[in-house]
Amino acid sequence: MSLLEVKDLTVTVSGKEILTDVNFTVEEGEVHVLMGPNASGKTTLIMTILGYPNYQVTEGKIIFDGIDLQDKPIYERAKMGISIAFQTPPEIRGVKLRDLIRIAAGKEPWDPLKEGRETLATALLSKVGLDPETFWIRDVNVGFSGGEKKRSELAQVFAANPKLMILDEPDSGVDIVSLKTLGFDLGEYIREKRCAALVVTHYRHILPYIRPHRVSVMCNGRIVASGDPYEMFSKIEEKGYCEYLEICPPEMKRLVEKEER
Amino acid sequence: MMAKLPKWRRESIKRAEAAKEKRAKIGPDVDIDKFKREEPNHPTVSAPAELPQEIQEAAKVVGIDSNEAMRSGTFFQCDHSVIVARTHKDIPGVEIMGMNQALMKYDWLADYWWKAVPVDMDKYTAMAEINQTQGYFIRTEPGARLTLPVQACLFMGSYGILQCPHNVIIAEEDSELHIITGCTIHPSVDFGMHIGVSEFYIKKGATITFTMIHGWAPKIEVRPRTGAIIERGGTFLSNYVCFRPVKTLQMYPVAYCLGDDSKARYHTLIYGCKDSLIDVGNRAVLKAGGAKAEVTARAIARDSSQIIARGHLVGECPETRAHLDCRGLLLSEKARIHAIPELEGKVEGCDLSHEATVGKIEEEQLYYLMSRGLNEEQATSLIVRGFLDPEIPGLPDHLKREIRRIVQLTAEKVL
Repeated sequence: MSLLEVKDLTVTVSGKEILTDVNFTVEEGEVHVLMGPNASGKTTLIMTILGYPNYQVTEGKIIFDGIDLQDKPIYERAKMGISIAFQTPPEIRGVKLRDLIRIAAGKEPWDPLKEGRETLATALLSKVGLDPETFWIRDVNVGFSGGEKKRSELAQVFAANPKLMILDEPDSGVDIVSLKTLGFDLGEYIREKRCAALVVTHYRHILPYIRPHRVSVMCNGRIVASGDPYEMFSKIEEKGYCEYLEICPPEMKRLVEKEER
Repeated sequence: MMAKLPKWRRESIKRAEAAKEKRAKIGPDVDIDKFKREEPNHPTVSAPAELPQEIQEAAKVVGIDSNEAMRSGTFFQCDHSVIVARTHKDIPGVEIMGMNQALMKYDWLADYWWKAVPVDMDKYTAMAEINQTQGYFIRTEPGARLTLPVQACLFMGSYGILQCPHNVIIAEEDSELHIITGCTIHPSVDFGMHIGVSEFYIKKGATITFTMIHGWAPKIEVRPRTGAIIERGGTFLSNYVCFRPVKTLQMYPVAYCLGDDSKARYHTLIYGCKDSLIDVGNRAVLKAGGAKAEVTARAIARDSSQIIARGHLVGECPETRAHLDCRGLLLSEKARIHAIPELEGKVEGCDLSHEATVGKIEEEQLYYLMSRGLNEEQATSLIVRGFLDPEIPGLPDHLKREIRRIVQLTAEKVL
């Protein structure tokens, strides 16, 4: 049984069909990269897995850890072990990052009257390379740089100790030096916890750190190819999506060509 | 009665008489005659722990600790009677007494009486002078540095009364004074009016931190009138918390930074609920070089409440700086928040700025928190609590903890 199984999934957003008949799995402990041209449906797939209400499943289903996720609200899915690092998380003034890290770990926000010294969030901030002295008191994402947001997201994901982590472009907007440390922390966590990961990325830079087992390519709301990550990345980089997908069935190729135009 | 009063007081009352029909510039007009002015005196007690349990409980929610733990002293006024006014015996350098006693004891109070707030500002200040019912006098001696706060409670224990305390707070040169004031009502009282006048005098190099917590009821009218005069190098930090419903509340405290390098900081937390009409602002007038002011307000409106959040920074001298930051959060379709920030620069070289936002909780924020395992109600509550977080810069750590504890206690009862 796969950890995550997406079966014949069709999804609409505001009445418009965005995903069509998607079939897709992530196995336990598997690092699965999802790639594809812009607007190919990657984010829609992620948001549907998370249970965002404006993403309507019209056909098919999502099974996680043997349970059908239909009708499960966002927070229940989180509690079941799905945790996401968002690409561009929102700013929330007044909500402290330390408290959100604790909440992700299933704890109450820090209360100085009950707990003299906070250790949980502090340790995780250090782990992802954010100075606890500075970030402990900061409002969630307010004034964070791109790299700081990625690290803050990772701290929350690590706190959740998930069965499946979803990383939406963890490498976008991150400088090359930060990418190295961030990739290292991430890879180390994945291997240490044997956590499954679904990673959306456009680039190969992060691959050596997370060591993916498989890549799937999305195009026009469908999964059009799956295979060895290094081989597929090399070829897509060399030939572009359109030419690479010559290997795909003709109807897929037509879809890709249409999109690339 | 008038004949017994000193001349300066008679003149002050005369000015008040002339202004007793003068409507306030802002806020709904209140018919003061609806409220009772006379009320029998309450007996004094030697300590707040001797007060009836229900009074202790009500006062606790607005920050008054009847055991006086971590307090330098206590003032407790019920209706028109001062029932406790005492300093802890081990704490020198501070005086706490009822205003009637202070007026008899110190002639020089003439130099402070209605000097930070005009007596004829409106009918409420006028009434507070004509019908003055005690209030507190707190003064630190020069150089005295109180680490623990003084607590002061203005309590309305009788139905339908008009309570008009007049407070004068003086921090002499290089002294430090922290005050926690709770203004509230007996649980059985749901109708009345409170006009509290507070005048602060912060002398050279002195600091006053003042935290006022209001806990009212849906038929209580509230018109505080507050002014602060800050001399060279003085600091005035004022925090205001109001989380319970009220009929109408209108106030616009003003800080006059008269001395070089004087500082004023206001921090306001308002949670409007039911049909409350709350019109609250802070004004800072910068009259000397190096003066600074910071005004922050956090307002949450739910049910059918209406909040007007004002701010007015006046730069009258070069090399002054002030910032106004107002944020409003709407939790219902019927609630309204109207932010009115005003900047008034009168000379070159004053640096005044503001930011103001009013809106609802964004779906994206809710879903984000839900993706961390909170349900919608918990996510909303986290945002609301975060919004009202009393993270007040400038307060000593122990006081910060105490204010946080009080605000949490107040919030728990309401949110």
